[in-house]
Amino acid sequence: MTVLSLQGVGHAYLGRTVLDRIALDLSAAEIVALVGPSGCGKSTLVHIAAGLLEPTHGRIRRDYRRHGVVFQEPRLLPWATARENIAFPLRLAGVGSGERRRRAEAAAMRVALAPEDLEKYPVALSGGMRQRTAIARGLVVDPDFVYFDEPFTALDVALKRRMQDLVIDAARRERFAALFVTHDLSEAVRLAHRILVLDADGLGIEGERSVPGAPGERSDTQVFHVVQGFLSEDPLFRRIHDVDERRVA
Amino acid sequence: MLALPTSGLGDRIGRTARFLWSGWAGIAGLSLLATVWQLGHEAYGDFILPAPLATFAAVLSLLESTDTWSTAFETTRRAVKGFVMAGSVGVLIGVAAGYSAAMQRLAGPILTVVLGVPPIAWIVLAMIWFGSSDGTVMTTVVIATSPIVLVAAMEGVATRDRGLDDMAKAFGAGPIRRCLAVGMRQVGAHLFPALSIALGTAFKVAVMAELLANVGGVGGALARARAHLDVATALAWILLAVAALILIDHGVLRPLRSEAERWRDAARPWGVRR
Ligand SMILES: Nc1ncnc2c1ncn2[C@@H]1O[C@H](COP(=O)(O)OP(=O)(O)OP(=O)(O)O)[C@@H](O)[C@H]1O
Ligand SMILES: [Mg+2]
Repeated sequence: MTVLSLQGVGHAYLGRTVLDRIALDLSAAEIVALVGPSGCGKSTLVHIAAGLLEPTHGRIRRDYRRHGVVFQEPRLLPWATARENIAFPLRLAGVGSGERRRRAEAAAMRVALAPEDLEKYPVALSGGMRQRTAIARGLVVDPDFVYFDEPFTALDVALKRRMQDLVIDAARRERFAALFVTHDLSEAVRLAHRILVLDADGLGIEGERSVPGAPGERSDTQVFHVVQGFLSEDPLFRRIHDVDERRVA
Repeated sequence: MLALPTSGLGDRIGRTARFLWSGWAGIAGLSLLATVWQLGHEAYGDFILPAPLATFAAVLSLLESTDTWSTAFETTRRAVKGFVMAGSVGVLIGVAAGYSAAMQRLAGPILTVVLGVPPIAWIVLAMIWFGSSDGTVMTTVVIATSPIVLVAAMEGVATRDRGLDDMAKAFGAGPIRRCLAVGMRQVGAHLFPALSIALGTAFKVAVMAELLANVGGVGGALARARAHLDVATALAWILLAVAALILIDHGVLRPLRSEAERWRDAARPWGVRR
């Protein structure tokens, strides 16, 4: 069953086309990674799919109940504590305060936020804690679709792994589908069913590869070999690598 | 300063303590002013500038009469009523204008003109329209203070973090909900300082309008003191009006503000807290 479908979607900021002819379909409980060089329009695409941005043209169909969004920046309310930030979507949904508290605490626990950090305001949280708060906020509503826009960039390696596992587990347990934007090909290989590569100029989806095995069942060596294979042999990924090198240089 | 646990009660006590501390600092500043005043008195003599102590004595003797209280209350009532009206109108229109680029562009030149007209001109017009009545004072106060609030509210909305708007939208908040839950909180940073200024302006303008329109209140009392060349009484009235302003600013506005802006405390390094 298709839960998200984009057809012929394009977008222009003030006349400058950043996305064109985008077509993609996501099935229920499917995790799709979206990769592409910086500035190619990944965030724009996520915002369009999540309904935050009207596309200049194209059609979007959403067949899920409720989505959660984890933005590229944490986007926390500075006047609210971490707990209130996590519970914010529940407040919007009219959930009672006791229930809100319980669910916010459960979500915070899952992203490894300590109870004492829940009383802090965002200014008093570290960058990684802020991002984890935002992840908890995205998952607290029991979504059946989650948009992740490079959610783990601010996290260290160990925490990143832990959060990836969290997403894999949660997606399996709660059967949510996800569109997961990332720069990191091994992250994509680790947690996605399918990888889409966005054209460097945003002109369409350049191609897609399905990843062998299921998320959560791939060993580190498998992930490593798939990534190596993609990077050394697959022309689809050559462009990402090029741009990455240019950026580092 | 006080290193208190972040528990709700401790936090509140800490904020109250800081509030009292700021009162103490205020008294120190005012004492300095009184010193300069005393020097002025010693240089120019009783007729031009009565001593601070003599003025305080005049205040105390004024306060013994119930007339004084009702006169001061009259002015306070007018100023506060006008301020509340101007505040509500200013916030409503300002927030609406902040959300609408077209309204913002329209409001710009109008505000420049309205803010450019001195309050005294409004008093003259209001006296022609309303005669010597409450209406004159209130109209002047509203016209003089609402643009201040309006501009601040508009600026607050226009400079809000749109990322937070998008975030709220992503989690299902409609436009009104976004405005109330996300927009208004960001307006506070601009709005509260403007409200303090507007309240001060409201008192000043109210006294001035009362004096010119001869409708009683502190302004009326000042007019009488001038007629009798009674500088001590005039100064006493001025002190009373300022005291009423400070009472409302520090008793109502600032506590509201520190309650709303509590999170900013967390951003301040230890020691910089007032
Ligand atoms: N609000 C905006 N107004 C004008 N141009 C914009 C706006 N937002 C993004 N752009 C432009 O659109 C293009 C795509 O931006 P987008 O944020 O979607 O890139 P991205 O693929 O998410 O990049 P990154 O990986 O660095 O996050 C960029 O060239 C950017 O300059
Ligand atoms: Mg991006």
